Amino acid sequence: MQFLFRYANPANFMRLSGVLLPYTVIATIVCLVAGLYLSFSVPPDYQQGSTVTMLFIHVPADVVAELAYGVIAVCSLLSLVWRHPLSDTAARAAAPLGAIFTALGLITGALWGKPMWGTYWVWDARLTSFLLLLFLYFGYMALWNAIEDETRAARAAAILALIGVVNIPIIKFSVDWWSTLHQGESIMSGKIASVYLAPLLLMMAGYALLFLTLWMIRIRTAIVERRARNLMLGVAP
Amino acid sequence: MNFDMGAYGAYIWPAYGVSALALIGITVWSVAAWWRAKARLAALERKP
Repeated sequence: MQFLFRYANPANFMRLSGVLLPYTVIATIVCLVAGLYLSFSVPPDYQQGSTVTMLFIHVPADVVAELAYGVIAVCSLLSLVWRHPLSDTAARAAAPLGAIFTALGLITGALWGKPMWGTYWVWDARLTSFLLLLFLYFGYMALWNAIEDETRAARAAAILALIGVVNIPIIKFSVDWWSTLHQGESIMSGKIASVYLAPLLLMMAGYALLFLTLWMIRIRTAIVERRARNLMLGVAP
Repeated sequence: MNFDMGAYGAYIWPAYGVSALALIGITVWSVAAWWRAKARLAALERKP
């Protein structure tokens, strides 16, 4: 906790993120380039044919969409319990990123579903709970914008984020709890062929690093904007 | 590398296209906002 609080200070966060950013940018590019190269080098799957290539952009988007929500939930908890102003900033900065990754998960999934399942969409447990995640992101962002007083907006948004966290295990276990069209988990259980595992893991790392990079940039932007606003108002920065 | 996706290309390329567009878009948007915020703060700090 002490470690976390030290970097919850905006000045320290600016310093730390300034040092980290060049490395995360390079790591993102390396993972994505290598991941894309391998994605287009794999043999066609015996069942899915060449559509297996879509796995490498679908699964990473889904994983990062849920990761971003987890980040928002943790920051919200830190904000509600310890009242750290930077945790609100960090939670808010992650929301548009999470929404984009969620939308990409839904779109790439639909485009895969059409040739493989014969339909873009079914109202089954996995797909519906994932669509709910997108609406949670929209609601979270709308709540921030709807309440003018920033402290109250932060509290309301944090409470919504924590209520919505119940959806994350539902998404994860939906394929086990209900009979769905969506296939079950295949990475941890080792069911995925190893030739597909390398590009998938690289793309997952690339997407996660891209999220981390953009998240840090967005928090930095919010800190600098606040400083500018305080200067305008004549308050000490 | 193999870019011949056969008939499935009609689904695969849009999926890659939308993903690339969205991720490049959010990157450009976030970085532009950062530069804008930095320039604004610098301008304010220059004023006595």
